[in-house]
This record gives sequence, C-alpha cells and structure tokens, in this order.
Amino acid sequence: MKGMTVIVKTVSSWVKVLIFLFGIYIILFGHLTPGGGFAGGVILASSYVLLMLAFGRRFVEENLPSSVASKLDCLGAFLFAMVAILGLVFGGTLFVNFLYQEYLPGTPFELVSAGTIPLSNLAIGLKVGASLFLVIFALTVFRYDGSRKPGDSDESAGGTPATRE
Amino acid sequence: MALFYMLLVFMVIAAIIAVETKDLLSSVICVGAIGFGGSLMFLFLRAPDIAITQIVVEVLGLIILIRATISRDLTFITGDREFFGTVVSVVILFVILLAGVRIFATLPEFGAPVFARLPGTASQAYISRGLADTGAPNLVTSIYLDYRAYDTLGEATVLFAAVIGATAILRSKSRKALEGSDA
Repeated sequence: MKGMTVIVKTVSSWVKVLIFLFGIYIILFGHLTPGGGFAGGVILASSYVLLMLAFGRRFVEENLPSSVASKLDCLGAFLFAMVAILGLVFGGTLFVNFLYQEYLPGTPFELVSAGTIPLSNLAIGLKVGASLFLVIFALTVFRYDGSRKPGDSDESAGGTPATRE
Repeated sequence: MALFYMLLVFMVIAAIIAVETKDLLSSVICVGAIGFGGSLMFLFLRAPDIAITQIVVEVLGLIILIRATISRDLTFITGDREFFGTVVSVVILFVILLAGVRIFATLPEFGAPVFARLPGTASQAYISRGLADTGAPNLVTSIYLDYRAYDTLGEATVLFAAVIGATAILRSKSRKALEGSDA
C-alpha cells in the first residue's frame, strides 16, 4: 500500500496540521464553546486517518506506533480517573469540582476557569483520540491481512518497522 | 420550518438511494449524506454541540466504512430479493407509518420542548444555575463533566473495553508469533 497520488499527499500534509490544531482548540475550549473532549478527540484521530488514507499505513505506523497510542489511551483513562479520585480526596465525593469550588475559582468566559472541567476535557480528548486511532489502525491491519493470499509468508504483514524492507 | 422539511426530504431520498443502490461505495456515501443532513438539522435547532459530534462521528464512521468496503472484492450485491420478504416489509412499514401519524399528532409543537413549559424541571435548573455552579459557560460540558461526570466515566470505560476487544480480536499476529519473533 503506497498511498495515493502526489496531489493528495501534498494537500493532506498541509491540511493535517489545520485539522490537528482544530482538534486541540475544540478540546481546550470545550468549556467555553461548543465541542469538548469527545468531538475534539475524534477530530484528532481523523487527522491521523487522513494521513493513513493519503500516505499508507506504514507511514502512520512510523509516526505514531500503536504501542505509543495504547499508552496515550491508558494515560487519558488514568487522568480522568485521577480527576474523579482527587475530587474524592479534596471534596468528599467522586467528581466534585474542588478546583472551582475552593482553590481556583477563576472568572467565567476565560480559558483558565471552571475548575476540573478543562482537565476532564483534556483526559477525555486524549482517550477518545487514541482509542479511535487504535480501532481504525486495527481495522486496517485486519484488512491488510485479509487481502493477503493464503500462501504468502508472514513477514510482509507483521513485525516492527525496523525489520521491514 | 420549510428548511427542516427540505432537509427531511433530502435525508429520505438519501436513505432510499442507500438502500436501493447496488454499489456498496455509493450506499456508504449516501449514509454519510443522511448523517450530514441530521447534523445540519441539529445546527439549525441551535444545538451546535450535537451538530459537531454528529458530523465528526459520521464523517469518521464513513471513512472507516469506505476503508472496510473498498478493498473487498464483493462490492456489488447480486441476486434478486424474495417476493415474500418484500410484502412483509411493506406491510410492516405501513403499520409503522400509521402508528407514526397517530403519535406525531400528540407531540408538542416542533421546536418547543416540553420541559421549557414546566417550572422546576431538571433542564431549567441546569440552565439557570449551571454557570454559577460549575463556572463553565458551555452548559453541555458542565452537565456531562460536572453534574453527570459519573455517567461519562462509564462511557469512557465502555470505550476502553471496546478498544481492548477490537485490538485483541483484530490484531495481525498471535501471541505465539510475537513471542517467537522476540526470542
């Protein structure tokens, strides 16, 4: 799988930055504007899907290996659970917004406000983006294997990027 | 109001094409058109959060579906439909249409939610107290990450389990092969 034509590759290498920035914006400003962790995470994953469609699977695998993506996934879940447990420690119940209520009230309509909500948005965005990327990656790997002839050797599909070619 | 009827007609036409076409790729694109119409309706109903989520998930789901269908050999559906199945589906559709007409006659007016008319409901409490309680101007975020964050934790857990299942089932090499390559 070599990817698409030069035109598609050039355009997508410009557009991917904009899509990624838009995803980060949607996540960071989730408590002020429409959007939030889920939508922003899907946008982050879609920038990598664009790369995968334009450049092929191996290019994406070298940029963001699935082991790193799974670690990011776990990190997002861990951060979200930590927000819950910190609420339990500082506020008395799970997910209580202790930052807004006691330590860092902030003024509304500013970036640093609303206490733990931006932190939760960040965790959810990281988690959703990494998980969707992993699912799509698994689907393309599955497709790659399914299109192989039964007689082919195993070396063409699996293995680390260093051992290829 | 006329805009919504135009969007509805567009979505119905796209759905009929998606069901009736023989080409799998055009069918997938028509499903994406249905989702795009739904996203536009949410946008004009002043629900930009839902609109963003809908269009993003629909577009990404569309890409995954195209990815899954474009490499398969069998992209054209062959064979005729059975006569009995067609009759049964038409009858069921007619019954659903009759029930739908009766149900839609009892619904409140379009664009006027029921909870806005009743005082003291949960949605009105969120709207009036949400900014003071959580400090987040986006009330949707303040509900799903502050008032109902426990629900969001459950959703994140479901997503986590789904990813574990997908990567475990769809992985390219078995554990035995991985251990063998390391040794």
